Amino acid sequence: MGIMKATTTFKISAKAKKIVLVGNPNVGKSVFFNALTDRYVEVSNFPGTTVDISHSPLGSDVLIDTPGIYGVSSFNDEEKVAREMILQADVVIDIVDALHLERDLFLTQQLIDMEIPMVVALNMMDEARRQGVEIDVPALENYLGVPVIPTVAIEGKGIEELKKTLDKARIGHKVPEIAAILALVKDFFPTTGESLLYLEEDPLIEVPGSLLRLQRKQGEPGSPGLKMQLRSLSQIQRNQEEIYLKRRLWVNEIIKKVIKEGTEGATFAARLGHLLLRPFPGIPALLLSLLFMYYFVGVLIAQILVEFTEGVVMESYYSPLMENIIGRIFPPGTAIGYILAGEYGILTMTVVYVFGLLMPLVAGFYFVLSIMEDSGYLPRVATLTDRILVKMGLNGRAIIPIILGLGCVTMATITTRILGSGRERIIATALLGIAIPCSAQLGVIFGMVAPLGLSYLVLYLSIMGLIFIGLGIIIRPIDKFIPGKSTDLLIDLPPMRLPQLKNVLKKTYTRTLHFLKEALPLFALGALLISLLNISGSLHAIQNLMSPLVHGWMKLPETASTAFIMGIVRRDFGAAGLYSLPMSPQQTLVSLVAITLFVPCIASILVILKERGLKDGLLIWIGSLVIAFLAGGILANIII
Amino acid sequence: MTLEQAKVGERLIVREIIDPEMRMKAIRFGVMKGAEVTCTEKLPYGPVIISKGRQELAVGRRLARRIIVEPRT
Repeated sequence: MGIMKATTTFKISAKAKKIVLVGNPNVGKSVFFNALTDRYVEVSNFPGTTVDISHSPLGSDVLIDTPGIYGVSSFNDEEKVAREMILQADVVIDIVDALHLERDLFLTQQLIDMEIPMVVALNMMDEARRQGVEIDVPALENYLGVPVIPTVAIEGKGIEELKKTLDKARIGHKVPEIAAILALVKDFFPTTGESLLYLEEDPLIEVPGSLLRLQRKQGEPGSPGLKMQLRSLSQIQRNQEEIYLKRRLWVNEIIKKVIKEGTEGATFAARLGHLLLRPFPGIPALLLSLLFMYYFVGVLIAQILVEFTEGVVMESYYSPLMENIIGRIFPPGTAIGYILAGEYGILTMTVVYVFGLLMPLVAGFYFVLSIMEDSGYLPRVATLTDRILVKMGLNGRAIIPIILGLGCVTMATITTRILGSGRERIIATALLGIAIPCSAQLGVIFGMVAPLGLSYLVLYLSIMGLIFIGLGIIIRPIDKFIPGKSTDLLIDLPPMRLPQLKNVLKKTYTRTLHFLKEALPLFALGALLISLLNISGSLHAIQNLMSPLVHGWMKLPETASTAFIMGIVRRDFGAAGLYSLPMSPQQTLVSLVAITLFVPCIASILVILKERGLKDGLLIWIGSLVIAFLAGGILANIII
Repeated sequence: MTLEQAKVGERLIVREIIDPEMRMKAIRFGVMKGAEVTCTEKLPYGPVIISKGRQELAVGRRLARRIIVEPRT
């Protein structure tokens, strides 16, 4: 895990105040961020994580956004990053959802206990009023000890007032019992925040030398002053649960005194939220959403938009232009000329593939995902799919990388970092690498299955589904070889609401950019490797090695092995390579099943190796090879 | 009884959560010893949905087996 010093990374002067935006997920933090800054926003990646931090100048200071968190701790990457920024903050703006005060105030109180000067923005006040929830704002200010500004961020209400109140940010009233324990350790740590986290058993807090030395002195004879220090030391117990409980009870008391709830009206959103969870409208709704997503990305984008970006812009203009330019510097026959602008050229094929084909598809997927997130639907999808995913050693949250995997396995593998344990990450990566066809392939695959008729389509889907679930179930007995345990689903189901287009577009943009930054070098590296393999003749040799398996065992035309090799470079080439071969319907089915299961493209392999390490990565790679040929061959011998 | 055994619509008091790390995460959500929740939905062999005030949480089935609850009147 990297460390990030805000002043050096964000290139701000040491005098600039670091104003950090904090809040639970889904409270509308990004709306605040956008509303508060009018200058250029920069995004920095926190080293060692997928987490990006947006920051922008605010007057002579800097405004820093953090990922949504439920508490300051180290349970996952988002928390670790937010924690790091919070500890370096000069001022914190805590965004709180007026409809979820019970939950959100836990974080607020924790920040107060850390003795950070802060201001609270009580957001969505309009929604609260509409639902009959009345909050006594002055009383809340009194109890917390910090300024509380009611806001409706999407409409810009309260933002100016918030800006003006930043000067009045102050340290609030700590939970009395926690303040007492803190007093005993405060002096050992550079900030109160760190001393609180130390008491809360945060594994990443370094025990300061002075405290260690004192602890070592226990049992030694010493001065009365030392004895007193040691006595207080013995009273200090690191106990996260105790502190959490004390804080929780304190916040519960505040809530009781500050909120007056009218009758809870069952709004349309609430009813929709419930309906979508029940198996009856829930599962058909899920299938419909998936169908819509497939149509939107697979047809509208994949076929229509990509026709333009890849077909027209890239292949008609960019490629020939690039080939021309490179051709003048490095003549076509040379190795460098081939590597840069040849068949698998880094400057030709890689650029065309990533920008012409993948980028629109990935953006499309992220667009749909962001809508599902902002509308509150995504956690419900995770809840509906939890049951099946648990059987595979995962939980509902894994549905996110799986859905993304249908877009691009490379992108999805990076997302597996959100899963709770190493074990789940390996299982999810294996599933992605073996059983999930990416959008690059899907279009061609469906193009080949459709003409065969509905029964073949159903057959293909059933076989893939069976293998997908079967893979997960087989992993169960191999349980002992995968270390660690799987985590359970415990997620918040936010109220359903209409997503804001501006927010959705911004998320799509940020995530697509992140994908390009992470994936482009990998695709380039992959192209380089393939070019080298081809130049050395190894590619041909591998093809010849595969032929007996492809022809004899899977009963496909010999030339099909070329398609499989092509699939390593670009998965759509793999499927397309099969397209032109003369094959019977049964052969087509066998070849499609095999190529779907076959190793993912070289960029994915590189990500898998990078994310999961050499041993596990190789295992997944070899596993997909074996399973692809096994399944393909067995199927061939049954139906051909 | 465990949360898994609760009936839909039943009002409950949480007695215990037998899982140290989950206990912390649950406390943040306000779900801890003595908390009053309602079981609003149970997916067949799937997660149990509970509500506490305005908040709704989805609890995985296996975790629901490790949350001890009592009916409340």
